[in-house]
Amino acid sequence: MCKSLCSTPKDPDSVDLGWGLEISILNGCSRLMPIICGPHLQKHRCNWWRGTLHWVGYGAVYLLEGFQEEVILAWLCIEGPENPLVLYPTVMNSLPATSRMQKISVLLFLAWVGFLFYAGIALFTSGFLLTRLELTNHSSCQEPPGPGSLPWGSQGKPGACWMASRFSRVVLVLIDALRFDFAQPQRSHGPGEPPVSLPFLGKLDYLQTILEIQPHHARLYQSKADPPTTTMQRLKALTTGSLPTFIDAGSNFASYAIVEDNLIKQLASAGRRVVFMGDDTWKDLFPGVFSQAFFFPSFNVRDLHTVDNGILEHLYPTMDSSEWDMLIAHFLGVDHCGHKHGPHHPEMAKKLSQMDQVIQGLVERLENDTLLVVIGDHGMTMTGDHGGDSELEISAALFLYSPTALFPSALPQEPEIVPQINLVPTLALLLGLPIPFGNIGEVMVELFSVVEDPQPHSSALAQASALHLNAQQVSRFLHTYSAAAQDLQIKELHRLQNLFSKASADYQRLLQSPQGAEAALQTVITELQQFLRGVRAMCIESWARFSLVRMAGGAALMAAACFLCLLVSQWVTSPGFYFCPLLLTPMAYGLAGAIVCAGLLTATGLKPDPVVLGAMAAVGSLLPFLWKAWAGWGSKRPPAALLPIPGPVLLFLLIRFAAFFSDSFVVAEARATPFLLGSFILLLVAQLHWEGKLLPPKLLTIPRFCLSASTGPPRHNGTHALGLGVGLLLCIRLAGLFHRCPEETPACHSSPWLSPLASMVGGRAKNLWYGACVGALVALLVAVRLWLRRYSNLKSPEPSVLFVRWGLPLMVLGTAAYWALASGADEAPPRLRALVAGASVVLPRAVAGLAASGLMLLLWRPVTVLVKATTGAPRTRTVLTPFSGPPTSRADLDYVVPQIYRHMQEEFRGRLERTKSQGPLTVAAYQLGSVYSAAMVTALTLLAFPLLLLHAERISLVFLLLFLQSFLLLHLLAAGISITTPGPFTVPWQAVSAWALMATQTFYSTGHQPVFPAIHWHAAFVGFPEGHGSSTWLPALLVGANTFASHLLFAVGCPLLLLWPFLCESQGPRKRWQPLGSEAESRVRPEEEEEPLMEMRLRDAPHHFNAALLQLGLKYLFVLGIQILACALAASILRRHLMVWKVFAPKFIFEAVGFIVSSVGLFLGIALVMRVDGAVSSWFRQLVLAQQR
Amino acid sequence: MKDTDIKRLLYTHLLCIFSIILSIFIPSFFLENFSILETHLTWLCVCSVFVTAVNLVLYLVVKPNASSKRSSLSYKVTRFLKCCIYFLMSCFFFHVIFVLYGAPLIELVLETFLFAVILSTFTTVPCLCLLGPNIKAWLRVFSRNGVTSIWENSLQITTISSFIGTWLGAFPIPLDWERPWQVWPISCTLGATFGYVAGLVISPLWIYWNRKQLTYKNN
Repeated sequence: MCKSLCSTPKDPDSVDLGWGLEISILNGCSRLMPIICGPHLQKHRCNWWRGTLHWVGYGAVYLLEGFQEEVILAWLCIEGPENPLVLYPTVMNSLPATSRMQKISVLLFLAWVGFLFYAGIALFTSGFLLTRLELTNHSSCQEPPGPGSLPWGSQGKPGACWMASRFSRVVLVLIDALRFDFAQPQRSHGPGEPPVSLPFLGKLDYLQTILEIQPHHARLYQSKADPPTTTMQRLKALTTGSLPTFIDAGSNFASYAIVEDNLIKQLASAGRRVVFMGDDTWKDLFPGVFSQAFFFPSFNVRDLHTVDNGILEHLYPTMDSSEWDMLIAHFLGVDHCGHKHGPHHPEMAKKLSQMDQVIQGLVERLENDTLLVVIGDHGMTMTGDHGGDSELEISAALFLYSPTALFPSALPQEPEIVPQINLVPTLALLLGLPIPFGNIGEVMVELFSVVEDPQPHSSALAQASALHLNAQQVSRFLHTYSAAAQDLQIKELHRLQNLFSKASADYQRLLQSPQGAEAALQTVITELQQFLRGVRAMCIESWARFSLVRMAGGAALMAAACFLCLLVSQWVTSPGFYFCPLLLTPMAYGLAGAIVCAGLLTATGLKPDPVVLGAMAAVGSLLPFLWKAWAGWGSKRPPAALLPIPGPVLLFLLIRFAAFFSDSFVVAEARATPFLLGSFILLLVAQLHWEGKLLPPKLLTIPRFCLSASTGPPRHNGTHALGLGVGLLLCIRLAGLFHRCPEETPACHSSPWLSPLASMVGGRAKNLWYGACVGALVALLVAVRLWLRRYSNLKSPEPSVLFVRWGLPLMVLGTAAYWALASGADEAPPRLRALVAGASVVLPRAVAGLAASGLMLLLWRPVTVLVKATTGAPRTRTVLTPFSGPPTSRADLDYVVPQIYRHMQEEFRGRLERTKSQGPLTVAAYQLGSVYSAAMVTALTLLAFPLLLLHAERISLVFLLLFLQSFLLLHLLAAGISITTPGPFTVPWQAVSAWALMATQTFYSTGHQPVFPAIHWHAAFVGFPEGHGSSTWLPALLVGANTFASHLLFAVGCPLLLLWPFLCESQGPRKRWQPLGSEAESRVRPEEEEEPLMEMRLRDAPHHFNAALLQLGLKYLFVLGIQILACALAASILRRHLMVWKVFAPKFIFEAVGFIVSSVGLFLGIALVMRVDGAVSSWFRQLVLAQQR
Repeated sequence: MKDTDIKRLLYTHLLCIFSIILSIFIPSFFLENFSILETHLTWLCVCSVFVTAVNLVLYLVVKPNASSKRSSLSYKVTRFLKCCIYFLMSCFFFHVIFVLYGAPLIELVLETFLFAVILSTFTTVPCLCLLGPNIKAWLRVFSRNGVTSIWENSLQITTISSFIGTWLGAFPIPLDWERPWQVWPISCTLGATFGYVAGLVISPLWIYWNRKQLTYKNN
């Protein structure tokens, strides 16, 4: 049956794929011919099949208000049981299977592109953001780290824990960025040559002097810091003995306080007094631990002296007061000098000389029970920066001095190289403290020799026992860690555990029979050291090394995905574009790639990493695509096709791309984005004017100009577009008032309006603000309702419309009541407390529930159309022909066509007359023209209310502005777009770019910043004032929804960019513009009064509609994709930058999560439009069936 | 269009550039401690006055559109007054635009306003000289295919390049170089000046290079 229609057509250019036919209404007819008539086509002409299957258009009987436009699609049955030619004046509105396939493939394709990006982000992240689980276990005095007796004289001594203390006090001088060679003397390279004079060499003379005079009292080591060599990470390492990474999972993002066991905590819990002076980073890391502290601001890198002079003011008095057990002085001058001038600057020499004097002063004041430690936390590069893992950055000086003899051996020729964290267990045991639980450093055995006893045996025993304690502690940590996390390699772990048990057994055996076993002791020491070094190496492997390969691979994958978006967004609108093969090939190749990779990995015996597998699948599915593109280019495509983005938009995108590479611009993005957006808007207005779309041509006196103006009709007058632009600028400026300052700019003041109303004092102002917030809510509600009424979607009896009419006000009421309770909870009288508490739990949940049910209703019945009346069934008519079968010759056609036309005219006329005389007989459906955007706007409003609830009250004003400015932007953009009626439809690049910019701008104006301390944690307690107990996903969801609300809203609302120009059609002048000479048949029509088709134009061309949706999604993904790509590139290129962990890495994380949220939102938005489309189709079908009956 | 026209254009533009250079050096003879960065507001006023004066003088001397039919005194006076009002309005308009773009609303009002004045000097004053207080003519000149003479063409180029210079001048503000010229609105005013000078230099050259393609239809 009807093979000619349903089979795949040969020529894709002339046939829209995906037309099908509702066969059931055409009973008995085996061959059909489509005929489309009506005023929709030029001059009531009928078009029909002529040889090839050529469809001119597609229509349905829908009479918009006023019954002025009918489009009839009729079917001519040319082979059937009845008369040769039977005319079915049917409403042809089946949902063909192929159209559904197109939709599914569009959605799947978008999901696939999203997957490509996710795979790239995951791969990059796994190489860049090293993660580690933080354990909160603590070592304690009473609990030895392992079985066995506590060694060597610790029994019974007061103040001794795992081991007797050698020193009761320590002075720790931390000189930031004291590179190892800063402590080196000036020396000549060869004999006879003059010494190399560098500003930083030989300035710490005093160290060298001590080393020469008292070789048994002092040592200089070259300590190796682990990357990331940033101060905060180094401080964590120097106190916990672990390898901090950028994200230590489990840590509290709201503060930087160290949760792991550390030296300072151990000191405090042992009742020792810790005095600190210097860099105020310590204040965040160890809140409230110091018995006395002098903090100085560390942020201003250009200030060389404030911190150091502040320390010097307090250092010696404190030392003399002896009210301390550990004195920490953190000097920043050297580091700041490096950042400001670099190491090769005379200023550095001065700074180092100052440090030398400080050390000299300290050594002179030291008492016998005190150990002096001078350490640099990291080095610096030739330019004075640090953060990365180059040799110069990780080598730091470590100097130990004790007034009593400490080292039995003589000074080594070259300073020994020790890992930096080895200081932690060493200091702990020397001070008689338990080693911090998470330490993986190794004690510096040299310091545990027994100097008084010249016998090598006792020294070795002491060293072995210290090492054994250390090894026991490390083994205990490994055991606990591997039980909690899986990121350590199992095999290596087993090997190390075996090594440890063997060494431990040897050690225990030696303890039983200590005599004459010096060689055996040395073996045990070596074994224990091997174990400890093995553990460290394993941990470094998994925690502390950037994987450049993965970073590059991830960035390349993201770049390729961006390129793919660009490519396909162009292909989609080209003729001959098929949807189905689009998806199947990459899927197949991707699966193949993943399987091959998994096979290879299992063959080599490695555990398959899901990140790598995903990346392989992505690469596998990308390759055929890129290959196809490459092959396509070789032959025909012009180079201009490579860059379809128009110049100004490209410039803006480039500026945005470049801005991610400057830490200043990332910090100032909150101000830079509105600036860019404003420039973009003015550019749009200027462009409209330049192209003559703003002003009617009669204003411009040059006659030639009229001609150019006629190519694009001025749908809006000049003041209108200018007003839109200025209104947008005003909205953006007002939204900018709600800004939150990044902590890097101390001069900036955050807006006081971001705090919740509850924190306000002063009843009057609070009440006024409360009124303003509720006013904003009501205004939002009224605006949405007015908009719906404007397009008369509010009259439909559909449940979703009813929800908008009654549910939304309820939601507003609930929100307002909740705010009232939340802002005035403290003032409630005591007997109402319980009620207030209960209401503040119930109200937010009720609003969220209402919104969810509203969305469900919308999904269930998305068509908000008012059907006024239905007619009886249309009659089929028989066209009498002198021949049988299909019209074969020109003469037959000439005979048949006028007959058909006459019949149809009679049909129309008769129907109209009947309508007038006998009452409603025709179907009148209202608001079909805005059916898609009505659903979108409703969904966005429903989505916005719960998100609004998660923010502070006054942000509701920003949400109002958000809706207003996106409305204005859509109007402005629509002013520049002329609709090409039969398609293909496109969304211009400037629209998508402006939309993405606005999403970023709203992110900032809702009081967010891309740094972890700025996250609005209070959002987790909306509706859950008592907290969440142990569940973590719900608070994470709430906080995430708060943070990425703007990303979500704008992504879901993205299809509006496509729909709005059609919507604006109704506002323009009634004259419709005809393309000149586009078809041979078409003529310029006299002006007719007719209702615009609006969004039904999209429905009329489903192929183009689907293509446009896909294109829109890809363009949006491209614009977002280059942002995340820029972030990734910036983070990897600038991984040695001072600000990498403070600015670039958080920005990357926020941008990545924002991308994921946006892509999901985009997917949902497009899916919603498709759902509406499907519902409209089924609605039409029901209408047809109702008519047939 | 003749080469002499282009030559005249070039000379007038060189005079305009010269006036800006003079505004940098002359005040230091009369004022102590005068420098562009430190006494920026003074320089803005001086520069604005110089450029306006040179523009007016050049307009009176060169008379690029000497087609004013009525030459009664009252007409001239009303025209002049209208021009003044237009100039003031453009200053306020630019001020509003700057604030909308993110300039502080309450603080630094004088700085922002003087910035608006200097930008008006670079853009509105030449428009007023050449086209008179006639918004329609302005709109015509600043649209595609709207120019009718090399004077209008050069006006188009200098004005647009002044705007672009101003826009680019805003970019260094967030950078953490801590230079004195990064303070609002110095970088923007400097950007506007550079843009204006660049436009003055470029427009005769551009017109000279494209003189074959450029054909103006006089109404």
